[in-house]
Amino acid sequence: MSISIRLQPRQEASAALQLAVLVLSLLAGFVAVGLVFVVKGVNPFFALWKILAGSFGSLYGISETVTKAIPLILIGTGLTLVFRAKFWNIGAESQLLMGAIFATWVGLNLGARLPAWLVVPLMFLAGFLGGAVWGLLPALFKVRFGVNEVISTLMLNYVAAEFLTLLIVGPWKGATQQGFPYTDDLPAAAVLPLIPGTRIHYLTLLVALACAVVLFFLVYSTKFGYELRVVGENPEAARYAGIDFLRTTVVLMVISGGVAGLAGVGETAGIHHHLTYPAVISGGYGFTAIIVAWLAKLNPLAVIISALFFAGILVGGDAIQISLGLPAATVHVFNGILLFFLIMGDTFVHNRIVVSRQRRA
Amino acid sequence: MESILISVLTRTLIAGTPLLLGTLGEIITERSGVLNLGVEGMMAVGAMSAFTVTLITGSPWLGLLAAVLAGALAAGLHAFVCVSLRANQVVSGLALTMLGLGVSGLFGRPFIGRPLPQKLNAIRIPGLAEIPVVGRIFFSQDPLFYLAVVLGILLWILLSRTRWGIQIRSVGENPAAAEVQGVGVARVRYLCVVLGGALAGMAGAHLSLVYSKSWTEGLTGGRGWIVIALTIFALWNPLRAFLGAFLFGCIFVLQYLLQPIGVPPNFLAMMPYLATLAVLLAGGLRKDRRRLLAPAKLGEPYSKGEA
Repeated sequence: MSISIRLQPRQEASAALQLAVLVLSLLAGFVAVGLVFVVKGVNPFFALWKILAGSFGSLYGISETVTKAIPLILIGTGLTLVFRAKFWNIGAESQLLMGAIFATWVGLNLGARLPAWLVVPLMFLAGFLGGAVWGLLPALFKVRFGVNEVISTLMLNYVAAEFLTLLIVGPWKGATQQGFPYTDDLPAAAVLPLIPGTRIHYLTLLVALACAVVLFFLVYSTKFGYELRVVGENPEAARYAGIDFLRTTVVLMVISGGVAGLAGVGETAGIHHHLTYPAVISGGYGFTAIIVAWLAKLNPLAVIISALFFAGILVGGDAIQISLGLPAATVHVFNGILLFFLIMGDTFVHNRIVVSRQRRA
Repeated sequence: MESILISVLTRTLIAGTPLLLGTLGEIITERSGVLNLGVEGMMAVGAMSAFTVTLITGSPWLGLLAAVLAGALAAGLHAFVCVSLRANQVVSGLALTMLGLGVSGLFGRPFIGRPLPQKLNAIRIPGLAEIPVVGRIFFSQDPLFYLAVVLGILLWILLSRTRWGIQIRSVGENPAAAEVQGVGVARVRYLCVVLGGALAGMAGAHLSLVYSKSWTEGLTGGRGWIVIALTIFALWNPLRAFLGAFLFGCIFVLQYLLQPIGVPPNFLAMMPYLATLAVLLAGGLRKDRRRLLAPAKLGEPYSKGEA
């Protein structure tokens, strides 16, 4: 006699089951992260406490968490859209960079001549455009040439990062930066205002929250939102229903790339005030946002919460670097393990586990 | 001039070896129908394991073994999640990259900047190494270079000339038909993914034991993603992987060499990615559009009895 365990696809999972699986996945993820700490000889409860205290335990911590949540909300909401259509945009990192490049150009060239109320919207517009163009390319590659978007967005990540570096060590290198590979600082009119005492560039935060709300309604109460879900779940049916695959994909990637570009505007005009190395401008927001979107179950509004959660881990990760002497990579351990448990949890939402005893014939 | 040429070619082979090893691993993985985007993470884990074990035991060969096991173990996680649990391969691969970079950074921390006690010394092939120019370039290399070449040829024979190769390819092309023929789809995919991870681990070992002879966070420096590009560039063929890996390796070397004469290194660094995009676009231009010989079921989970 042998016991066989099989996964059987299930039609619809109840909301209660989905929530239970989500909570259990996160719990299991935290236990696994804790085990890694134990192996490393660090008291896991102490480490988790430090992370929590660092990210949400003080006004400063909370303000930093909100600051880091801004790009995650923007990119994450955009990704919920494309992931629903099963278009695997993993190029948000470079769409952010292109947004930063475009906005910096506007800021440096127009910032000294125009008033802030004109420059800032122009920079956001340019940033959206930059990200949108960089997002449009893989969309066109896919619909015109059948190029897999996972690969093209990945490749474009590196192209953009090298291009940005090329700019800041070459033609755009600032005359006032004493040889450092930065562009000149943005003129005052092109710098985003902060909530006093914090690094929260509230204009970008407001844009991000507005994006989450708008995209939520786009997904759940428009015809386009319905179409993109059909395209993702059943391309065949989409074709029969007369849904234009080309148009849907292009629009999706313009939005997803564009909002990532907006995040780039916030990081340059709100935080750094000049272009600098790609890893400094973004530092992996494009990848972290993938987990953010996943944890939010591809719901644009829920992204706000999951972005705050992962921003908290980023900030808390910085805190334990200092207090426990752990390397920056610790945050990757968190992100990797939680992402694994989240997708493993999905298996149990989409499938029923069937355990059967079989008598060997 | 001659000495520059020899030096460039020698360093090209060194820079290309980890790319070749990683690409061979990803080729066998993808041929079985599984996409593993976690190469960067598996390489990092391999590099860190190789270095720390060499440091502790004093034997680079044990270090190499540790790297192979670590890479295989990491890939095993991907196989479990993607093959057994049928989860999304793209997301699982990204998770593996994050986890691999994280774990190697966390556990490799105490070993940053320590010197390697025992190196994998270059082996001069008796006789062949005496040939002028060629001997110095090809036959006085580190052992991992020879290993990569041999493994590449073996993998080519395995995939194109043996029954196992047919089974692997059939699992990637048409798992349902393979199942009917009595091939265990899940078993083949597990084996290929784990083997691919072992090769990625070996690539990592090359980085820490031969290429840089040290460990530091971020040692892999995006090579795992170049491997993903190379796999397509080579059109899933181990022999073409040689060409691609050493071409891309040469670009690495030229970045530093051409900088003094005014060629921006970042411009050259873009080339591997642009070249891969060009190959993909050129493939899309062809009338038949047979997706460039990519395994038909690449990235799709399979469940028994599926039509």
